[in-house]
Amino acid sequence: MERGGREYALWSIAITVVLIFALIPVLWLISVSLKPPEAITDGRFIPSEVSFDNYKSLFEGGIDGSPFIKPLINSILIALTTTVISIVLASFAAYAIARLEFPGKRVILAGALAIAMFPPISTIGPLFDMWRALGIYDTYPGLIIPYLTFSLPLSIYALTAFFREIPWELEQAAQVDGATPFQAFRKVIVPLAAPGMFTAAILVFIFAWNDFLFAISLTSSDASRTVPAALAFFTGESSFTEPTGSIAAAAVVVTVPIIVFVLFFQRRIVSGLTAGAVKG
Amino acid sequence: MSEIALEGVTKVFADGQEAVKDMSLEIGDGEFMILVGPSGCGKSTALRMIAGLEDITSGEVKIDGEVVNDRAPKDRDIAMVFQNYALYPHMTVRENMGFALKLAGVDKEEIDRKVEEAAKTLDLTQHLDRRPANLSGGQRQRVAMGRAIVREPKAFLMDEPLSNLDAKLRVQMRTEVAKLQSRLGTTTVYVTHDQTEAMTLGDRVAVMRAGALQQVGTPAELYGAPINLFVAGFIGSPAMNFMPAELSGGRVKLPIGEAEVPEGAGDGREGQVVAGLRPESFEDVEMVGDLRDERGVVFEAEIDLIESLGSDLYAYFHVESGAVESDQLADLVEERLEETGVPEVREGQEQIVARLDPASKIKRGQSAELWADTSKLHLFDAESGERLSRSE
Repeated sequence: MERGGREYALWSIAITVVLIFALIPVLWLISVSLKPPEAITDGRFIPSEVSFDNYKSLFEGGIDGSPFIKPLINSILIALTTTVISIVLASFAAYAIARLEFPGKRVILAGALAIAMFPPISTIGPLFDMWRALGIYDTYPGLIIPYLTFSLPLSIYALTAFFREIPWELEQAAQVDGATPFQAFRKVIVPLAAPGMFTAAILVFIFAWNDFLFAISLTSSDASRTVPAALAFFTGESSFTEPTGSIAAAAVVVTVPIIVFVLFFQRRIVSGLTAGAVKG
Repeated sequence: MSEIALEGVTKVFADGQEAVKDMSLEIGDGEFMILVGPSGCGKSTALRMIAGLEDITSGEVKIDGEVVNDRAPKDRDIAMVFQNYALYPHMTVRENMGFALKLAGVDKEEIDRKVEEAAKTLDLTQHLDRRPANLSGGQRQRVAMGRAIVREPKAFLMDEPLSNLDAKLRVQMRTEVAKLQSRLGTTTVYVTHDQTEAMTLGDRVAVMRAGALQQVGTPAELYGAPINLFVAGFIGSPAMNFMPAELSGGRVKLPIGEAEVPEGAGDGREGQVVAGLRPESFEDVEMVGDLRDERGVVFEAEIDLIESLGSDLYAYFHVESGAVESDQLADLVEERLEETGVPEVREGQEQIVARLDPASKIKRGQSAELWADTSKLHLFDAESGERLSRSE
């Protein structure tokens, strides 16, 4: 009991420190976003006067007039598309790697790892030229393709680990029960690998959502510019005011979908889903 | 209802290991066939080739007279029960049992009816809406059986379905399986490493060793006339006792005495052979009565150990002799070593187990007079291990 109590106290302290470290900047950001322009530099943590003007300014003028709405839509669509395609492709690839023996398996895994470690910055120049030649510069595919490239290795690795844990016999049982290989995959393997898929989906979504490098380099207009890039183009009310308030407000708004996405999928990540499948 | 036939079936794995060698076996309509052998003998591989889960290297598997070598498992209309049950954890018992029917496009009412019928048979009705994770081992095993019988397939394939249950439940389920099979009359191939299961369940038993089929026959045939040392040592519990023997002029010289070669055994051969005698062929002299004058030999033995089971009394003793050497027996000794961790053979001695009348007064550590019924002697070639008899 004594020891449990002490352990509990130590953990509480550690968790508090981490929470303070992680949350203070967020709270500061929220605080700044709620301050009217003239109070931004007052250095107070708790705003003396709360105003939602910064938020209003983000959405003013509708889809054409606002500097924020279109990028937000772009971000959502691009991140979701990337996530869906990445998970579907990765689950096929991971299934093959986990279950089948085929020549070149090691090469594929090594290739995936190499791509994951490749510095994205060194691809920017060539991509810029290639995308302009191909006519996909400043389009959705122009961003989705590089996002897929860099997120696939991660999701393949994550899913392979999950597929390996699913007992082989389950699939064989499904086959004997009359399932085609694809039916066995869809009705038995996928439901069981769901926690892995959701984990991978969260990671891919966050990666695509947060990316700044590709977004700033491969877009030139609101046609495909995502929020992180659009923030860099924010202007103040006049050329003499810093857009700090609106940037802070936009940053707060931009974290909301991530939190929603993670909370939604986190409920699905229940461990021990395969319990009871096989004995021993 | 259907027959299964294996014709010269061979399986060579990618690493060159030959798991099943030229196996031919016919399983009749409605027959309960047991594949039995020590671990690694290829029995599971053979079953998986019938199921279509393993490619066939050469030879043919026929179901109902049709070659099914290239058919996917789903097109063979067979149901399989796996050793670890392989229940779908994300489905309820009802969904587990109805999965095959659902895939086959059977309408919902029909599925419900069949599942409930099977659940009734297996006493699972009150568990239909639970998930496998919330069931006990025995219940899971029954769900696995239920999943197979709901389908009404051409054949059941069972891969050590009872080996994950505890001893008591295993015996109980063994009876259930036997009853179920005889009531449904579905052709069944059942793989086990447990010779007791094999003997009690099967219409016929196929004994395998190192990928090769040794002998196929009814439990009584295997017990009464094992074709070689391996089958002789594998079938029966406690196992058959072996000792070196010498044949000359129609008589056999054993470490426990000399006797006439029983009729039909021996093949008219002279010289060194291996003799086998089952534990029940021994008896306490006091209990034999007049039989001792008719046949058999009487000998003195130092009793090492007595095990009394109430209905039977096992006496362990040893005879001094050169040990019997045979690859086939070495396999068995290894198998038993793996199971028990105790080597049962001491250098230069053969351990003998005798099953005696429980009324016997024999005591541990004392010398006792025993009688051996040498008319029940099995004789085997010392080199090849083959049974020496041409009377069959």
